[in-house]
Amino acid sequence: MTVRVVSRLVTHLCVLFGVLLSVFPFYWLVAMSTQTTAEIFGYPPRLTFGPELLTNIRSVIHNVDLIQALFYTVIVSAASALLVMFFDSLAAFAFAKYSFPGKSVLFVALLVTMLVPGNLSLVPSFVLMSHLGWAGSLQALIIPGAANAFGIFLLRQFAAGSIPDELVDSARIDGAGFFRTYWSVGVPMLRGGLAFLGIFTFISAWNDYVWPLIVLVNPRVQTLQTALSTLNSVYGTDYGAVMAGALVSLLPLIGIFIIGSRHFIANIAAGALKG
Amino acid sequence: MTLSLTTQPAGRTAGTGAVARGPRRPLRSFWPQYLAVAPFYLLFLIFGLFPIGFSIYLSFTDWDGIGKIKFVGLAQYQYLISDPRFWNAVGNTLVIWLLATVPMLFLALVLAFLLHQNIRFKSAYRVAYFLPNVTSMVAMAIVFGSVFSDSFGLVNSALTALGVNEVPWLSSNWGIKITIAVMVIWRWTGYNAIIYLAGLQAIPTELYESARVDGAGNWHIFSKLTVPLLRPVILFTVITSTIGGLSLFTEPQVLLGNNGGTDEAGMTIVLYQYNQAFTQFDFGYGSAIAWALFIIALVFAVINWRLVRERSTDSSSQRRLWTATTRKGITR
Repeated sequence: MTVRVVSRLVTHLCVLFGVLLSVFPFYWLVAMSTQTTAEIFGYPPRLTFGPELLTNIRSVIHNVDLIQALFYTVIVSAASALLVMFFDSLAAFAFAKYSFPGKSVLFVALLVTMLVPGNLSLVPSFVLMSHLGWAGSLQALIIPGAANAFGIFLLRQFAAGSIPDELVDSARIDGAGFFRTYWSVGVPMLRGGLAFLGIFTFISAWNDYVWPLIVLVNPRVQTLQTALSTLNSVYGTDYGAVMAGALVSLLPLIGIFIIGSRHFIANIAAGALKG
Repeated sequence: MTLSLTTQPAGRTAGTGAVARGPRRPLRSFWPQYLAVAPFYLLFLIFGLFPIGFSIYLSFTDWDGIGKIKFVGLAQYQYLISDPRFWNAVGNTLVIWLLATVPMLFLALVLAFLLHQNIRFKSAYRVAYFLPNVTSMVAMAIVFGSVFSDSFGLVNSALTALGVNEVPWLSSNWGIKITIAVMVIWRWTGYNAIIYLAGLQAIPTELYESARVDGAGNWHIFSKLTVPLLRPVILFTVITSTIGGLSLFTEPQVLLGNNGGTDEAGMTIVLYQYNQAFTQFDFGYGSAIAWALFIIALVFAVINWRLVRERSTDSSSQRRLWTATTRKGITR
C-alpha cells in the first residue's frame, strides 16, 4: 500500500470517528427511551433497543402534560419565526432599497443594539412582564423577540445584493406603493434569506430555556424545555420516561433541521466569514 | 464587521420616486419607510433598553420582588466583592471555558482540515457534525447526565470494564467541570469546524498545491499554512466561544440543579444570578451580579478587540511573510 492510500484511510477513519461521537448521544437517547428504568440502571448497560418506548411515552404524558407543552412550543416557535420574518424583512427592505431622513443614524443604532448582552436584564424583564400581566403567558415568549437586529442586518445584506433597483423602480412606475412593492418584489426575491431566518428563529425559540424558565411562573403553561426539566428533577427516578420526553422534544426539531440544513449550514458559515 | 451603509447610486433623475434621492420632500411622505422600521425600535425600547436602565437602578436596591424597593447605594456591589460564592462562580466559569474552548477549537480545526481534503459525502458529514449544535441543551444535558452518572453511567461502566477505577463525574469538583466542558465540546466542535471549513475554502488552492509540490506533509501544511491563514476566522470563533462560555447556564442547571452540585463546583455566573434572583428572590443582588458579568464580558471584549486590531494593521504584509516563510520552511 502506498503512503497516499494509508493517509486517505486515516483521514476517513478520523472523520467517521467524529461523526460517531456527534451522533452517539442521540442513539443512546433513543436506546434508553425504549428500555425500562431497571434496564437503564443495570450493569453492564444495554446498548440495544428494548420494547418499552410506548410505555415510556405513556408514562411521561401521565407525569407532565407533554402534549400540551408540545402544542405551546410549536405555537411559540412558529409565531416567533413568522413575526421575525415579517418585521425584519420589512425593515430590511426599507433600509436596503429606500432612502429616508435619518436612515444612517437608525441603521447604526440598530447595529449597536446587537452588542447588548442578553442575560443582563433577566430580572427587570421579568418584573416588566409581571407588571404587564404577561408572566406565565405565551406572549411573554413571543412579543419581545418579534423583531431583531440580527435578522434585519442579515436580510438587508441579502436585499442589497439580490434585488435590482430596476425592479423596485418599475414596481413604482406601475403605481405600487412601498408596502405593495415590498410584498410583490421584496418578499419573493428574499426567499432564500427568509428561509434561513425562519429556520434559525424557529430552532432558537424551540430550544430557548432561561427565559421560559423565569417567565413561565404558572406551572400549567410550559414549553417542552421547561416541562422536560421539571420531569427530570421531579420524576427523575423514572428514567425511561424522562428519556422518552427528551426524545419527543428533539424529534420535530431534528426533522426541521435536516429538511432545512442546506440553507442553514451555508448561511451560518457565510455569516461568520463576513462578520 | 462590514458596515457598508447603502447609498443609492448617484445620477438618478430626481423624482424617480422612492429609490431616488430627490429634492427635499416633506417628512410625512416617508411614513411607509418609518412604519416599516418602527417595530424593531419600539420593541427594543420597551423590552431591551428600558429593562437595562431599570436593572442599573435595581442593582442599587434591596428588593425581594414583592415588598418595598429599598435604596441601598453601593451595598450590593460591596457585598459582591467580598462574596466567596460569587468569586467561586467566576472561577468555575473561566475554568470550564478554558477546559472546553482549547480542545474544542483544536479538534474543530483538525476536523475542518480533514473535511477539506477531497472527501466524499462532504455535505452529509456537515449535517452530522452540525446536528449537536441545533439540539435542545435540556434534553442533551439529561442524556449526558446518564452517560456520566456516578453509579450506572456508560463512561464508568467502560472504565470498570477496562479495569480502571470509576470516576465520581457528577459529585467531585473536577469531575463536574470536565463533564460540563465535555457537553460544550460535544455541542460546539462541529459548529466551529463548519466555520473553519468555510474559511479553508476561501484560501486559494494554489498555496496548497505549491506546498504539496514542495513535498510538505499534512501536518506541516496544517501547522505552517492553514493555521496562520485562518487566523481571522479563528479569532471569530474565540470571540463567539468567549461570549457563549461566559453565559453558560443550561448545562449546569439541568445537570446539577440550582445550586451547582457538590461544593457548587458547577455554579457558573449566570446560574448564580438565576439562583440569587429567582430562587432566593434577591432581585437587587441578582441585578448587581448581572452588571458584574457585563464588566467581565467587557474586559474580554477589549482583549479580543486588541488582538483583532493588532492583526488587521499588518495582516496583508503578515500574510505575505507567512507564505514566504512557510515556503522556505517546506523546501528546506
